[in-house]
Amino acid sequence: MDLTLADVTVARGGVPVLEGVSFSLAPGRALVLRGPNGSGKTTLLRTVAGLQPELSGTIEGAGERVAYAAHADGLKAMLSVGENLRFWARVFGLSEIGAALAAFDLERLEDRLAGNLSAGQKRRLGLARLMVTGRPLWVLDEPTVSLDAASVALFADAVRAHLGQGGSALMATHIDLGIPEAGIFDVTSLRARPRAAVQDEAFL
Amino acid sequence: MIALLSRDLKLAVRAGGGFGLGLAFFLIVTVLIPFGVGPETELLSRIAPGVLWIGALLACLLSLDRIFALDWEDGSLDLLATAPLPLEAIVTIKAAAHWLTTGLPLVLAAPALGVLLSLPQGAYLWVLVSLALGTPALSVIGTFGAALTVGLKRGGLLLSLLVLPLYVPTLIFGAELARRGAAGLEVEAPLLMLAGISFGTLALLPFASAAVLRINLR
Amino acid sequence: MASIWEYANPVKFIRTTDRLLPWISVAAVACLAVGLVWGFFFTPEDYRQGSTVKIIYLHVPAALMAINAWLMMLVASLVWIVRRHHVSALAARAAAPVGAVMTLIALATGAIWGQPMWGTWWAWDPRLTSFLILFLFYLGYMALWEAIENDDTAADLTAILCLVGSVFALLSRYAVLFWNQGLHQGASLSMDAEENVADVFWYPLLVCMAGFILLFVALVFLRTQTEIRARRMRALIAREGAY
Repeated sequence: MDLTLADVTVARGGVPVLEGVSFSLAPGRALVLRGPNGSGKTTLLRTVAGLQPELSGTIEGAGERVAYAAHADGLKAMLSVGENLRFWARVFGLSEIGAALAAFDLERLEDRLAGNLSAGQKRRLGLARLMVTGRPLWVLDEPTVSLDAASVALFADAVRAHLGQGGSALMATHIDLGIPEAGIFDVTSLRARPRAAVQDEAFL
Repeated sequence: MIALLSRDLKLAVRAGGGFGLGLAFFLIVTVLIPFGVGPETELLSRIAPGVLWIGALLACLLSLDRIFALDWEDGSLDLLATAPLPLEAIVTIKAAAHWLTTGLPLVLAAPALGVLLSLPQGAYLWVLVSLALGTPALSVIGTFGAALTVGLKRGGLLLSLLVLPLYVPTLIFGAELARRGAAGLEVEAPLLMLAGISFGTLALLPFASAAVLRINLR
Repeated sequence: MASIWEYANPVKFIRTTDRLLPWISVAAVACLAVGLVWGFFFTPEDYRQGSTVKIIYLHVPAALMAINAWLMMLVASLVWIVRRHHVSALAARAAAPVGAVMTLIALATGAIWGQPMWGTWWAWDPRLTSFLILFLFYLGYMALWEAIENDDTAADLTAILCLVGSVFALLSRYAVLFWNQGLHQGASLSMDAEENVADVFWYPLLVCMAGFILLFVALVFLRTQTEIRARRMRALIAREGAY
């Protein structure tokens, strides 16, 4: 199933930030969103993930297919790496976490409390969470923040493996991951013309 | 669903916070009352059921802002909202976890604290019954309040202001049940009303809490 | 055909209420002046309660509006949730402080009346207690409006709080009745009020109630206008800033 956006407008705090967003993402493919800071990439990703409603247009093939990862990793400092991961696996109805630990080189850290991890290790754990959701569409917001070069390579491998299994990924990132299946989608030209928040329009 | 419940319980026990703090607060309130109203056994035993109820209610209130705040800060709430669980189920589990870590210990501690207040012999059972029946409503109503104030900095005081008036019926019927039971009066009416409030809020309020949470997440 | 929802347009609302407001204000002042003067100076003293009874010309209408203001907020909240007209959300917001002040007036006059009658400023009488609880609900509602920055989020959350609060306010009312049977006289005003209150007291009281209702409407219109203008100003500034 493809992810299809048709003429979508997204808003932050009621103010439209991107309009006329249309693209389609097939299984086995990845799409990298580009655009300057504040151009609305995060808002678009949150909308695709279903955390906020789109102002207009249609989004198909998202909803229950999405595994979302943002700046905050949703980790509990008082739980161990394994417990954190196992929790998310069970929430998504799975139980196997070995592959995810292996893919992000977290096996040695399994019993360490998440609160004692370095920023990069936390980030790896946050990304490993994607693999235990069993969901085909990864929606990633700046996934490589605080990762070193080796970890970025691990992440790129994980994404490639995911695509190889028929999954797809939509992400906002500035670095080149070296994934041949990845297209680029530049949102700069789709920035909404500046105007008042939608909820204020009735007052003008 | 069980995963979320067991994670919240595990966190409550490990982080210490909610669990121990609520109980300690309950103890402090109960200990302070005799200093305030005087040590006469007769007076204390008369007001004991009400004091235990007020103490339990305040201890419950103290820990409400933790229900969602931590999950909000570390992004778990966003991730949970995209999980296959409906938000209604999530808020119900959160309320259940809050009750198990705060309400239930308070219920169990109440008889011990009753000794300090010279609670009459026949009243122990009714204090226990009324708290066991009433504290789930306190947790469910509190979860609604916590959902309303989830995104706010310094929402604690506002949370109290919003939740306290909502606690009034539960407190009245709960304390009344304990008082009547202690005095050997007819208890059917407050018992039914308290049960009605508990089950009613448990059945209906999660929908309001989920709606509120959805608004706050967007 | 003109629909009532036309007035949900902020501009149309301001235009219409601007025309109505002077008339309503004058009528409110007139009713209050006539009713209060009539009530205070031209009614006989009650044979049991003496002159203290005259405080009903403030107490009863204020209590009436304290409850009706909340009902109006409830209706406005429902309209906002169902039809999402901004004016109704702002009207609910505008009514809350007015309702809270009415509740406070009812409580204060009740205390002043209660002192000579019951020998105490305050009794945990079901009616007084209910009004105190209602006052707490008003406070919570207003505090939530103030606390949230995004206007639409605040409107949504307060609307749900108003709905849930109404249910619990009703529950509290029954709980309080159950808890204490009370000193307060029962509802002394109903359609067959003559049985309870003699005509000489009843007519000025009606005028006072009309005055309070008109006063409430005028204040809510005025405050809603203010809210709308404030929103409009923010929207204009946002638009200027955006260009």
